[in-house]
Amino acid sequence: MLFARGNVQALADIDLDVRPGEFVSLIGPSGCGKSTLLRVIGDLVEPTTGEALVNGKPARRARLDRDYGIVFQSAVLYDWRTVAKNISLPLEMDGWERGRRAERVREMLELVELTGFGGHYPWQLSGGMQQRVAIARALAFEPALLLMDEPFGALDEMTRERLNSELLRLWSMMGATVVFVTHSIAEAAFLSTRVVVMSPRPGRIAGIVEIDLPQPRTIDTREDPRFFAYVTEIRELLRRGGTSSAAPGDAALAGGGQPG
Amino acid sequence: MSTGVLEPVVPGPSAPGRIAGGVRQWGPALVLAAFGLLLWEGLVQGLDVQRFLLPAPSAIAGTLWEDRSSLWSSGLYTFSEALGGFVAGGLLGVFAALVFARWRGLGAAVMPLAIAANAVPIIAFAPITNQWFGPLEKTSKMAIAAFLVFFPVMVNTLRGLTSVDPSAIELMRSYGAGEAQTFRRVRIPTSLPYLFTALKIATVLAMIGAIVGEYFLSSQEALGFQIRNASALFDFETAWAAIVVASLFGIAFYAAVALAERRLMGWHHSTRGAE
Repeated sequence: MLFARGNVQALADIDLDVRPGEFVSLIGPSGCGKSTLLRVIGDLVEPTTGEALVNGKPARRARLDRDYGIVFQSAVLYDWRTVAKNISLPLEMDGWERGRRAERVREMLELVELTGFGGHYPWQLSGGMQQRVAIARALAFEPALLLMDEPFGALDEMTRERLNSELLRLWSMMGATVVFVTHSIAEAAFLSTRVVVMSPRPGRIAGIVEIDLPQPRTIDTREDPRFFAYVTEIRELLRRGGTSSAAPGDAALAGGGQPG
Repeated sequence: MSTGVLEPVVPGPSAPGRIAGGVRQWGPALVLAAFGLLLWEGLVQGLDVQRFLLPAPSAIAGTLWEDRSSLWSSGLYTFSEALGGFVAGGLLGVFAALVFARWRGLGAAVMPLAIAANAVPIIAFAPITNQWFGPLEKTSKMAIAAFLVFFPVMVNTLRGLTSVDPSAIELMRSYGAGEAQTFRRVRIPTSLPYLFTALKIATVLAMIGAIVGEYFLSSQEALGFQIRNASALFDFETAWAAIVVASLFGIAFYAAVALAERRLMGWHHSTRGAE
């Protein structure tokens, strides 16, 4: 897969296969095209050549079928809607009837531990709470695939670690496939089943690290010597940059778990 | 594993808190205004200023009271012109902004001209609109007010419609939303604060348009006519009283739009706390 705009080629020869139920992180320095790759998967931008397949169908079809939910670095909550109405927005657009929407919103608020905050407006919440609302919104219609673009990048370390644990809990409950873009080596190692290390200009895959740490992962995981070994391995790959090359071709992506 | 630690939530102000806040907010301004009026009264009396140059506030207040019924009906007459122009110019401005936001190419072609037109002293056209629509007709004043209102409303609303966070648009795209859905659910709500900022300015512009239009030629009932006529006859108390009436209508007009803004946009940060 290639992605080029103007004279800048953002991605080259990306060939990545994500299995259903996996938690895959994309990590790399700024400008390595990890966010662009995420947007190609979500059909928010189109690749110059090549294609992305989600659940065996073209990314565009998958987008129109609402096969994925997306969370950005900023929560992107709509200021004029209450927390409950923000979460129910994709359900409204999917034509759910009112009673079913309210029921699902209640479930999602409970899931992200914001019960009682449904009537609040986004400005009344802290950054961490806003991001939990964004996650609840992305998961409300049970998409097979969850795309996350540095969702905790703007949060402080403590909040970030807590939300990391919450995200893993949600992931194990919902069984969705997650593609997660991050700058943080520790975050990638803690969350992922596989970490895709990318190198910049043009973005390519420098290496893939399988993270074989037991689930469920807890605070103790962060102090496990094997965790540090993975962190070191990822760091080494990042430092070496684009010395390894990946075969050219298409990126295929299979979302698993409960279909939406 | 996680215990759902709840972060603190900003509480809304309580009722007594709001009243105290109101006193803190408006108190100093009211004190200053009272002081200014007293100073004015004192200087006019003390320095024995000729009453045809600057009447004392007490004299203006007296005229205001004596002529209250005719001033009130004049005020209503002029306000109805301003309101008509405000509604017409505002609706056209919003409509144009929607068209230019939807078809950006068209907007890009029109915007430089619109901005240039916005810099034209449109009030200079008042004698012409008077002739077009008839100097004694309300519509001629409504036309000039509408002209004045149109450009800021159009330019501001367009800015609001097009300054949406790109991620918010991407989110709509991820839901498979089309252009119409994106407008209805994201662009238009995002533009409301911009629209209301423009509408508040527009209330003032509409009053100016109506009154200045009346200075040239108008029905004798109009406030602008009263101000001009009284000034020509050196009846400055009446002129000042009419200006006070015009100001009161202008302030009420502005306050009504600001109130509508608060009602419609309680969610927006500009309507929270002191403004």
